[in-house]
Amino acid sequence: MRVTFTANGKPVEADDVWEGESLLYVLRERVGLPGSKNACEQGECGSCTVYLDGTPVCSCLVAAGQVQGREVRTVEGLTDENGELGLVQQAFIDAGAVQCGFCTPGLLVQTDALLDNDAQPSDTDIREALSGNLCRCTGYEKIMDAVRLASARKCAKAASE
Amino acid sequence: MSTRTIQGQKNLQDIRQASKDGIGGSPLRPDGTLKVKGEFAYSSDMWHEDMLWGMALRSPHPRANILSVDISEALKLPGVYAVLTHDDIPGSKFYGLEIQDQPALAIDKVRYHGEAIAIVAADHPETARRAVKKIKVEYEVLTPIVTEEQCLDPEVHGYVHEPHEFKSHGYGNICHSQKLVHGGGVTDEIRALADVIVKSDYEVGMQDQAFLGPESGLAVPAEDGGIDLYVATQWLHVDRQQMAPVLGLPEEKVRLTLAGVGGAFGGREDLSMQIHASLLAQRTGKPVKIVYARDESFFGHVHRHPARMTYEHGATRDGKLVFADARIVLDGGAYASASPAVVGNAASLGHGPYNIPNVRMEAIALYSNNPSCGAMRGFGAVQAAFAYESQMDKLAAELGMDPVELRQLNAMSEGDSMPTGQVIDSPAPVAELLQRVKDMPLPPPLDLENIDVRTLPGALSNTSHGEGIVRGIGYSVGIKNVGFSEGFDDYSTARVRLEVIGGEPVAMVHTAMAEVGQGGVTVHAQIARTELGVEQVTIHPANTEVGSAGSTSASRQTYMTGGAVKLAAEAVKQAVIEKGRRRYGWTQTDLTLAGGKVVSESQGALIPLVDLLGDEAIDLTREHHHRPTVPFDKETGQGFGHVQYTFCANRAVVDVDVELGLVKVVELTAAQDVGKALNPLSVIGQIQGGCTQALGLAVMEEIIVRDGKVRNASFTDYLIPTILDTPPIPVDILELPDPNAPYGLRGVGEAPTVSATPCIVAAIRQATGKALNRIPVRPEHITGTL
Ligand code: FES
Ligand code: FES
Repeated sequence: MRVTFTANGKPVEADDVWEGESLLYVLRERVGLPGSKNACEQGECGSCTVYLDGTPVCSCLVAAGQVQGREVRTVEGLTDENGELGLVQQAFIDAGAVQCGFCTPGLLVQTDALLDNDAQPSDTDIREALSGNLCRCTGYEKIMDAVRLASARKCAKAASE
Repeated sequence: MSTRTIQGQKNLQDIRQASKDGIGGSPLRPDGTLKVKGEFAYSSDMWHEDMLWGMALRSPHPRANILSVDISEALKLPGVYAVLTHDDIPGSKFYGLEIQDQPALAIDKVRYHGEAIAIVAADHPETARRAVKKIKVEYEVLTPIVTEEQCLDPEVHGYVHEPHEFKSHGYGNICHSQKLVHGGGVTDEIRALADVIVKSDYEVGMQDQAFLGPESGLAVPAEDGGIDLYVATQWLHVDRQQMAPVLGLPEEKVRLTLAGVGGAFGGREDLSMQIHASLLAQRTGKPVKIVYARDESFFGHVHRHPARMTYEHGATRDGKLVFADARIVLDGGAYASASPAVVGNAASLGHGPYNIPNVRMEAIALYSNNPSCGAMRGFGAVQAAFAYESQMDKLAAELGMDPVELRQLNAMSEGDSMPTGQVIDSPAPVAELLQRVKDMPLPPPLDLENIDVRTLPGALSNTSHGEGIVRGIGYSVGIKNVGFSEGFDDYSTARVRLEVIGGEPVAMVHTAMAEVGQGGVTVHAQIARTELGVEQVTIHPANTEVGSAGSTSASRQTYMTGGAVKLAAEAVKQAVIEKGRRRYGWTQTDLTLAGGKVVSESQGALIPLVDLLGDEAIDLTREHHHRPTVPFDKETGQGFGHVQYTFCANRAVVDVDVELGLVKVVELTAAQDVGKALNPLSVIGQIQGGCTQALGLAVMEEIIVRDGKVRNASFTDYLIPTILDTPPIPVDILELPDPNAPYGLRGVGEAPTVSATPCIVAAIRQATGKALNRIPVRPEHITGTL
């Protein structure tokens, strides 16, 4: 089947898509957006998190056919048109929250969504929001730091605007 | 003259400060930007036009004879390009890290659940999956040899490997054994010297590395008949060394390039898909990509050895250890992997960082029909640490002593000897590290009135509003060796090049080091900046075009490859200075490079590197070998077997729901001596990550194996700590230089994984009063319903 949707603001189409293919597979192997990661393909690790019509979802659990005509935003879409890093991306680098980085794309999308909802989450809110994203390297401390940093920068930015 | 000297020094310092991204600083990862953009190419992201997908058929039985394999139906499926069995292997059929006992594809029998029997290449992963299902294998299923008792009685229960196979190694189903005797050993007379004796059996379950990036890579057939492989691994050269004979190729025709690695923790020391993808690429003449699904990943790599241990300690009334006796049985599973070295570590480190005048130890690894076990962070030191630290608490309780004081009273320090007879010739601040974690402020006490229930055990499931919650505190300390031991000539190679690019001096560092997330690439750039006094450093992709870097394991890469980069950079520095001397006749003996210039320590800048180098590039390669070690004597365990030791102490604060058996670790504190923190940000990240894996082992992580079958090969059923399970991890770093190591550094990554598990269990014991001699601790152990 043919599936057409918008990915990071651009229309894309994928041909010869099999029934059972996931959105994750289509993004990674068919439309050249390998940023979302494949760690469990079972909805358990969050590495594949993308926005679907503005809501974060595990793209490994979404059948490709389900995205027909819809809007997908991946980690690649967190960077602006000029290639400038988004606020959350920069905070993850600055806080040392990236080690192997395999969990990073999913965590970035989830964090971005969290801060969109609540620019100043408490530590417990952060832990709750990110509890679906596994990271095996960092011990999460630096990820907490990164989210707090992104939150502070976001609030400072909002205040100065 | 004196004014000038001061002037020069100040000048030099200014210049040096400009290079804040040298060692001791925390510059950001060079690969960080790509990683947050989603543009970093991990091994599972490899892509080639026209590529095929490879997949393996794996055994559903832990032990069976293969009567026949019929691939004909699979081959008929449209889109299938090749189906291969061991008959199709052009070269040697076996490989292995230390003992070549593992068939690349099963021959006549399978020895563990998940062993690969045949491989398929097809145009789509789904086609490959269907083809795998169409391969017909006839088995004669045999009773698996899975318990210690079965393994040790092969005449009755059988051999995992028939005695005529690999008989130069092992005996019966024992893959490797190591004994150790120190002082007077453990005799009745020595036992009689102790006022108090404690003895227990301990058990450690099978832990998995559970790195997030699945085993994967892309094999591309080359025009010269060779193979180019892009792969996530821990040691490119040892992969090649194992692959080439199987592929029937000379090593130089097997070229490996490191593709992005999504974590490793020991699980990528052995081969996984490397040979399979390469065989399929050889046969089909097309690029072949293999990406393991998560369940296949659980089958496709070795795990941490589960252990059964018996420990006995004796002490005088005032708390001085008199003797320690231990037996450690590690289940190595079907193939040897790194078991021999794991046994060596368990035996030599198995009595912990304590001075014990009389010691006995026996450690063995079994061959069984359980999943193969090998390297995982902490490598043989983890299992023992759980036992000896539990013993320390038990002894303290028996003596009515404070558990930290008891440990400090017996703690080894510089100048003491290990039970192996090796004198510790660098700082060993064991007592101090314990004191540091003890002195760190405690989290606020449990306040059930005002608590956010999301922070209680069971967290979001809203299992409790504070009823039945008890707090406990526990302490621990551990010891780990750094680098490869027992006479292994462990070395690393680095190539450093200095040249002018775009009007600026730029250094390039080329090594075969596997960056698995630990941050080696950042540190290499820091070393090059420090030694060459330049800002711009590029890191060449890691591949087999340069000499071996050894493995990214054993906490050795900063020591070994960092050391090699330092040597190569120093050589380049000397060459640059020589060039200047020849050209300008400099006679100063205090020349160095800083701020992009050749500098005299006393006189300040002499010439910019840009002018001195011109068009010439200086490109030098150096090897770094650590000081030699020797194998342990097989019977007595004596010998200078380890290169360096590293120590970490922890404190855990836990809340336990004693009714439901749920545990919430409230805080986990670490203090570690790192010799010199080359990059403090990375060092802390390593310690926190290591502590978290230890937390996983303490309370949740276990591959459940019953009758040789793996029951939980998924992230749904194999639990690794989430951000909700993981507490704040305050880290206190001590920097006592090791005179034998580059910059005085000490390996960092593993020590916390060794030490942090026991303190969590100790804290749960304190809260519950339960013995808890098995990890992971499960709810039923706490509630007593088991
Ligand atoms: S890959 Fe989708 S949740 Fe793990
Ligand atoms: S950084 Fe490796 S999994 Fe998170």
